[in-house]
Amino acid sequence: MKEETIINKDNSEENITAQPECMEEEWELVYDRPYTLIDTNMHYCPGCAHSVVHKLISEVIQELGIQDKTIGVAPVGCAVFAYDYLDIDMQEAAHGRATAVATGIKRLLPYRYVFTYQGDGDLAAIGTAETIHSVNRGENFLIVFVNNAVYGMTSGQMAPTTLAGMKTTTSPYGRDVHTMGYPIKIANLICQLPGAFYVTRQAVNTPLNVRKAKKALMNAFKYQQLAKGTCFIEFIGNCPSNWKMTPLEANEFVAKEMLKEFPLGDLKLPSSEDLKFMEVEEGVV
Amino acid sequence: MEKDEIRLMKGNEALAEAAIQAKCDAYFGYPITPQSEVLEYLAKEMPKRGGLPLQAESEVAAINMIYGAAGAGGRVMTSSSSPGISLMQEGISYIASAQLPCLLVNVNRGGPGLGTIQPSQGDYFQATKGGGHGDYHLIVLAPASVQEMADFVFLGFELADKYRNPVMILSDGAIGQMMEKVRFPKRDIQKISKPWATTGKSEHRQRNIITSLFIQPEKMEKVNIQLVEKYKKVTENEIRYEEIQTGDAEYLLVAYGLSARICHKTLQLAREKGLKVGLLRPITLYPYPYEVINKIADHLKGILTVELNAGQMVEDVRLAVNGKVPVKYYGRMGGIIPGPDEILENLELLMGIKK
Amino acid sequence: MANVNTPDKPKKVRKVKGRVEIDIQKCKGCELCTVVCKENTLALSKEINNKGYRYIVSVNDDCTGCINCALVCPDAVIRVYRTKPKKRELIAEISNVSASVSLKIENPLVEDLKNMEYL
Repeated sequence: MKEETIINKDNSEENITAQPECMEEEWELVYDRPYTLIDTNMHYCPGCAHSVVHKLISEVIQELGIQDKTIGVAPVGCAVFAYDYLDIDMQEAAHGRATAVATGIKRLLPYRYVFTYQGDGDLAAIGTAETIHSVNRGENFLIVFVNNAVYGMTSGQMAPTTLAGMKTTTSPYGRDVHTMGYPIKIANLICQLPGAFYVTRQAVNTPLNVRKAKKALMNAFKYQQLAKGTCFIEFIGNCPSNWKMTPLEANEFVAKEMLKEFPLGDLKLPSSEDLKFMEVEEGVV
Repeated sequence: MEKDEIRLMKGNEALAEAAIQAKCDAYFGYPITPQSEVLEYLAKEMPKRGGLPLQAESEVAAINMIYGAAGAGGRVMTSSSSPGISLMQEGISYIASAQLPCLLVNVNRGGPGLGTIQPSQGDYFQATKGGGHGDYHLIVLAPASVQEMADFVFLGFELADKYRNPVMILSDGAIGQMMEKVRFPKRDIQKISKPWATTGKSEHRQRNIITSLFIQPEKMEKVNIQLVEKYKKVTENEIRYEEIQTGDAEYLLVAYGLSARICHKTLQLAREKGLKVGLLRPITLYPYPYEVINKIADHLKGILTVELNAGQMVEDVRLAVNGKVPVKYYGRMGGIIPGPDEILENLELLMGIKK
Repeated sequence: MANVNTPDKPKKVRKVKGRVEIDIQKCKGCELCTVVCKENTLALSKEINNKGYRYIVSVNDDCTGCINCALVCPDAVIRVYRTKPKKRELIAEISNVSASVSLKIENPLVEDLKNMEYL
């Protein structure tokens, strides 16, 4: 038993007795931190979607039992230290070039699971050519794209995916589409390439979305065994620090504004012919 | 006993053939004159004999594919020409910092800018003094014949693996395009094991990380010191050069690659005239044979560097002799190749030799 | 499921219960878990951890082990337990009509606690 002071949702304080441990019941552990996620504090801001996606990737790698066969490529961006959190072999790529680096790895080691992990600047600004051409070649790896509409690491500049009217440090009066361009829907461009095998947009702002996102990741990793093209998952993330919001407000913003501009769902699905010999997770919307 | 294979080949093709015989795992390149034949030859031959050729969407993508594949333990190479090599500089800096082995080939063309497709030696500074950002060096080999274009591929891969450093073959448009006899002796290619490569973390080891990011200053300094010590070892062990008639020379020509070939003839003409001229041809441009030149300078009256640029290697020769003897430079640019008599005339002129 | 709803106390008697363990040193107090918990089990403490973040604590025992909190937690600090729904034979059900209490007498089963299973 422990006395604690808590803060309620209406900001009132309350003294409570924290829940005692019940030892009589037979408890079953139904959720634990994956061991492929290194047991350390992650540097991401509180509420950051990157941490959630890292967690999901770790879970998928653990459940599929492919820790010794997976190689990841980290970007330049907030996730530059992804290799400090995922317990797999990883390479750090130059800004925008993660898909080229992954091409080098996958072509050399075709029986390994290779994935890139990139943000908006890395994938959709400086890395656009590499992204499009890797998918055009149908490289058999997974591209994980975390889209939070700003450049997080460098403190909040406008990204190619910044929403119209959104204020950032380099669009201080709001993004004017006539001079600064429109938010780019890169998944929509990618899904048109024949080399793309599975293209989907997911989010991690609610428990339901997290479950769907994990299923998408699980399928994408399994599809690598088929070697039939590139899997591309765009995760609509958040950036509480640079959006100047609390994590709760940031996830509200994702639900209301981000998902309006970047609707969730599958943009390209493999045909049943392709998947004849594969078991996949049901229920991916 | 099998005879050595002898073929009549273009420089670029000899390079490509040597790559296949050296069991190169992958070649990622982009077409650019005057070296597209490398990519074309490999695209045709590698699928038959082993190895993966891939035309990337740009030199930028190509160098990053090299980074990825080298990090995964592969024996990889790329080739380009001056403007393409400029594009690759960021990637090269990353490869040097992450200490990955790979082979780069620069078939130097006239510059700066888009320049001309004619040969030049204007990338000497870029190759030997950096090119990319930060404190690193490439091991630079300068072939002067089609045979050396082939031989240096084997040497280059060995040095790259030995020191975990990128190696550059600094050729030029003429040597890349000329046709000569090439001998390919049978070689036994042994590839070393690379326990640091990202091949998938087994339970027997920690995860391998290939990165050039060392944000803590202490770590970054440590890495830089590691590199400095590596280059010291390279300098102690890997200097290569060719000396021709330097024993009794009063005047020394220093030239590499294409200009060295022309200086061979100049040397002959000079000796016929009674001038005691010698030729030093550096084979490794980094590490540079400073000490050798310094020693020869003891009995010299003057040194002339002959280069197809505005005077780049001359600075290294000046460094080498440290004021002992006058060092002058003669060269042509824009792809114009001087003849041996032209060089001899200018040697006499610049050294003040009375006819 | 034995379910007694009386006008005085409409509380459900749950067959499956849950509880959470929170790694308070890794928690960053982002509060994303507090809004997804239907039972209002999680709230922000006023205390701070080693990193200076307020951390989440479990404030009642209404947890159902639904793992919503663990799913949205960015830092994977929540460990969730759930009671195993036991196969029990209902022997008798006595409900006291005048008081608002229901009793169930069941045949208890002894089961070994299996090894921790990941979801």
